[in-house]
Amino acid sequence: MTPLLEARGVMRVLPGPVPVTLVRDIHFSVQPGEFIAITGPSGSGKSSLLYLLGLLDVPTGGSVYLEGRDTSKLSRNELAELRLKKLGFVFQFHFLLPEFSVLENVMLPMRKLRLRSVSQMRSRAAEILDELGLTPEARKTPDQLSGGQRQRVAIARALANDPLIILADEPTGNLDTKNSHIVFEIFRRLVADNRQTVITVTHDPHLSEHTQRQIHLVDGSIVGAEHPALV
Amino acid sequence: MWLPLEIALTHLRNRKRQTLVSVLGVAMGVGFFVAMAALMQGFHVYFISKVIDVWPHVTIKDEYRSAPLQPVQRLFGDGVVMVHGLKPREELRGIKDADTVIAELNRRSDLAAAPTLRGQIFLRYGSKDVSATMVGIDPEYERRVSNLENDLIAGHLNALYSAANGIILGDGVAKKIGAVLNDTLSVISPAGVILKMKVVGIFRTGITPIDNFESYALLKKAQILQNRPNVINQIRIRLNDVNQARSIASSIEARLGYRTESWEETYENILGIFVIQNAIMYSTVGAILIVAAFGIFNIISTVIHEKTRDIGILKSIGFEERDIRHIFLIEGLLVGLVGTLLGWMLGYGLTRLLGTIRFHIEGFVTAEGFILHYSITHYLIAGGFAILSATFAAWLPARKAARLNPVDIIRGAA
Repeated sequence: MTPLLEARGVMRVLPGPVPVTLVRDIHFSVQPGEFIAITGPSGSGKSSLLYLLGLLDVPTGGSVYLEGRDTSKLSRNELAELRLKKLGFVFQFHFLLPEFSVLENVMLPMRKLRLRSVSQMRSRAAEILDELGLTPEARKTPDQLSGGQRQRVAIARALANDPLIILADEPTGNLDTKNSHIVFEIFRRLVADNRQTVITVTHDPHLSEHTQRQIHLVDGSIVGAEHPALV
Repeated sequence: MWLPLEIALTHLRNRKRQTLVSVLGVAMGVGFFVAMAALMQGFHVYFISKVIDVWPHVTIKDEYRSAPLQPVQRLFGDGVVMVHGLKPREELRGIKDADTVIAELNRRSDLAAAPTLRGQIFLRYGSKDVSATMVGIDPEYERRVSNLENDLIAGHLNALYSAANGIILGDGVAKKIGAVLNDTLSVISPAGVILKMKVVGIFRTGITPIDNFESYALLKKAQILQNRPNVINQIRIRLNDVNQARSIASSIEARLGYRTESWEETYENILGIFVIQNAIMYSTVGAILIVAAFGIFNIISTVIHEKTRDIGILKSIGFEERDIRHIFLIEGLLVGLVGTLLGWMLGYGLTRLLGTIRFHIEGFVTAEGFILHYSITHYLIAGGFAILSATFAAWLPARKAARLNPVDIIRGAA
């Protein structure tokens, strides 16, 4: 079976007078419906690896395969299209457009994709917000929300186009324990109920325990045997 | 609404004051351009229409553009021939066989030709001497080649026939010498002939050099005065299509050999001033619009700087470079468009305001205020230039924004 996402010898070096290697020689594959945590100390290249897997960044060596397709030869526009259709991002900071309402923020990716009519987009966005318990907040702007609510809106937006994979970069980095658990509970449900795949970077061991599989990075390389899936 | 447009609008809405300043900058440039163009072209168009009205479109003169070739030069055209100590033959001035030429020209349907003798005179009235040009005309022909009859503010053209020695003065000449209709003054020619002439008409064309220096008399009288019986030294031609002046002038010159000037050639100096004037106008207004463009560059650069995070998130969601570029290009375009619309209104208002100012000026032309020329072209040029420069000013930072790497933005924010 073709893996959903696969890294083959992925390498990312920042050019410069003293080249910095962010990640080196990463090999691993992701099957549909997996819930994976990338862990490691700060500066170990967790986020860099996530950006490479999320096609935001382009590896300097090796390549990332999405649904068996080599992405290293794709143009920036083609990569953008893949991100739009197949991937959803959640960052440490919520990154919502401050002038747009919660509902409009969730509709953004749909409006770019333009597969639905505007009214369908609106009802789909409302549906996602409802699932995440944000219906009362739909008309508010991001600055009227709490940190935990904002992060849930960001997740709602990542889910807008029914992505195959949700990539999260320290999604709980700015949240308290309660909200962190809410976020992880949402991820767990996505995997369990929707068979979506979640890859999240975290350095919080309590949270990574809840994932099925952990990839531990040190100095840009995967170390140790992968933890067996905890079903 | 188209998403980039919607985002662009929110950006502009959130920086109301800066947007307003940029819009006003564009509006000023457009407005001043429109008003100045109306003003400058007003004089230009008025001058040309006056000249076309008053002056013959083509004038055949009794001179040659270049000295006639000596026989030896004609024979050895390519040879090294030098003739020293030449004394040119003094020819009797005047257009030879002018009557035949005029008759032949008048057979053409696209023009009318009239014989003229032009010469210097002195007018003496009381204790005043004024020099002027006397144009000897035949009113019958004159009617067909100039608007002299319409420009008369006193007297009649036909009075030239009925009066014993009639003269028609430009109103500037009349003022200088202090004569009014029916006054009799002495006219002295360089040939030494003195005639008592009666003012039978006063004209005002609005073109200062003509009003201040020209006078008209019957051709016969002018010939007597100049002691040049039967001589005609200019043939004045009016065309049905004034735009043909240059080509008809050169074809007549090629045929007759005489120097034949179109009105454009006669007034080349003054028309040249208009060219310079236009250049000054375009560069001044261009400078205003360039300053406005800097304003637009500034606001869009600021917005991009502030919205870097938004750009990062949009790109991570899957927005292409093109989408990002569109957002900021639209912002510049909107500023340019709104500025243009406001500028058009401002320009129209300014032009109207200028039109209400009354004063007396006497330059090339006489006027009682600004002569304004309303033209849609001015509005289109100003608007086109404004929108173009606004778009270009936006395009530079927009291109930069589109190239931003989302990873850098996200890392920077984290």
